[in-house]
Amino acid sequence: MAQDLGSRLASSESPWARGLRILIRNRMAMAGAAVILIWAVAAVAAPLIAPYDALSQSVEDRLSPPSAQHPFGTDELGRDVFSRVVYGARISLPVGLVVILFSMLMGASVGALAGYIGGVFDLLVMRLADITLAFPSIVLALAIASALGPSLKNALIAMILVWWPEYARLMRGQVLSVKNNEYVTAARSIGVSSGRILARHIIPNTSAPIVVKASLDAGSAILTIAALSFIGLGAVPPTPEWGTMISMGRFKFYHWWLTAFPGLAVLSAVLGFNFLGDGLRDAFDPQLRGT
Amino acid sequence: MGLSVHIIRRLLLIIPMLIGITLLTFTVSHLVPSDPLVVIVSEKALDQPDIVNAAIRKWGLDRSLPEQYLYYLWNLAHGDLGVSFKTKRPVAQDLAQYLPATVELGLASLFFALAFGLPLGIMAAIKAGSWVDHFARFISLLGASMPPFWSGLMALFVFYFKAQILPGPGRIDTRMITPTTITGLHLVDTLLVGDMNAFADALHHLILPSVILGWFTLALVCRITRSSLLEVLRMDYIRTARAKGLHERAVLLRHALRNAFIPTLTVLGLAFAGLMTGAIMTETIFAWPGIGRYAVESAANLDYPAVLGTTLLIAVIYIFINLLVDVLYGVIDPRIREA
Repeated sequence: MAQDLGSRLASSESPWARGLRILIRNRMAMAGAAVILIWAVAAVAAPLIAPYDALSQSVEDRLSPPSAQHPFGTDELGRDVFSRVVYGARISLPVGLVVILFSMLMGASVGALAGYIGGVFDLLVMRLADITLAFPSIVLALAIASALGPSLKNALIAMILVWWPEYARLMRGQVLSVKNNEYVTAARSIGVSSGRILARHIIPNTSAPIVVKASLDAGSAILTIAALSFIGLGAVPPTPEWGTMISMGRFKFYHWWLTAFPGLAVLSAVLGFNFLGDGLRDAFDPQLRGT
Repeated sequence: MGLSVHIIRRLLLIIPMLIGITLLTFTVSHLVPSDPLVVIVSEKALDQPDIVNAAIRKWGLDRSLPEQYLYYLWNLAHGDLGVSFKTKRPVAQDLAQYLPATVELGLASLFFALAFGLPLGIMAAIKAGSWVDHFARFISLLGASMPPFWSGLMALFVFYFKAQILPGPGRIDTRMITPTTITGLHLVDTLLVGDMNAFADALHHLILPSVILGWFTLALVCRITRSSLLEVLRMDYIRTARAKGLHERAVLLRHALRNAFIPTLTVLGLAFAGLMTGAIMTETIFAWPGIGRYAVESAANLDYPAVLGTTLLIAVIYIFINLLVDVLYGVIDPRIREA
């Protein structure tokens, strides 16, 4: 009987492998991944894909509608909108990923420590998280970004400061739910250090929901950075950033291509991350499904 | 535990939250790299000693940080959020003027989101896997993925510029006389004075912004209603209701929906955050004179007292909405009061 169970366990695939298998069979998630891949390639190979430089101006070509030479038309300085949209991937994608990565690392480590140590540290950190979460995130980001001064870097800092608490809360809950499991007690009883217990036993067993949340949040991060730039608190002209481009073209209804294409770029990238995030959730975190 | 105890306990929990959010806005006001004076009197006024001295006295800038915070609280308690650099008026007065427009837009969006989101979510759950379900999923995904500042522009392009069936930005036609302010809500004020033309015009102007703003909430309402109704429909008491020969509509209306709406109600707190986020962008696009546009313009002008005042106001409203949701939750489900 015991041997039977042992052999069954040995032959069964790991949860990660099983999740990956479910993910690959999810068509929506794969479509999302494909869109993200396209944008990633566009970001890396922008100089090869874009027919023109993102900043080079050409007065005689200004505000020309989409054509064979300029598939997305040109803007008021004669810059090629298609090239600018392609170069825009070099900003939105990395910025979104950096925001998510730093919020996740900061939130998860603070949350893990709070859950593991408990006490005053836990109390202070979690109250700070509660307070931060009492603000709708973009409102607080707006205040912080304007206090720090308008720049892409400051918008990034503002977003990370606003986003980490959700990860901290999630990670803390996860750690609390596993820290009294037998394998942790066992590790502690044979003298394993706290740091090693956290790194080797607790974090690997609590990271799935964090990663899923990160992938679901990546789309919002791209949206938020575009929104902050649109307002004038993120990337500044002439940077080819999608939100800035939409802002520059707003209300120029006779020249609809100025806003339509950068907007579609934001929409497709966000949809891509949302599709992939949904798929990751279904594959790795069945408890969250349908929420 | 009685309902009143539940409410009192919730109210008491608000006090530490209020202290927390004021501490946070106070901290943000000290993030500004230059002189803290710049946050209060703007750079231009720095060479006017009488203004500077008055500000130092009023906000306790010559005291220690904890004392400055107490000055800040004292001023807040008297409704003093500072003076806007741009409008030169007290921020509290500005906010009072702009809040009704946001409330009107927010309520209209919420109405739109519930009127379409609930039926869509219910249909999607009853006919899970059908084309209605897929359609609902598509609409929700778009709502969650579309930048509202872009969809607003596109909607204006299609319905105002091209088709010319809906009015452009603004709350009311510029050729119309602005309605007398009674409640500040144009729809209510025009009705009160009996000006049906102005009422129709205000209603027309409300359509596009509230659809764009409400879309995100619609997505939220639709998804939550669908998933919670699906869950409820699997419950034993639903099977019992069906087994005793109850008509399907009665099962749905009397047994399933009532229970399925509880999660929908709780996300309305979340929906408010979404509405505020969207209002910031939607109001900017639709030249809607509310606190969202005020926040954006102030932020772009680095008008710190106005930005921080708006931030604080929104956070306070957010806390009270969540309180209301908590209380309602306790009313609907007595088990919550025990927790």
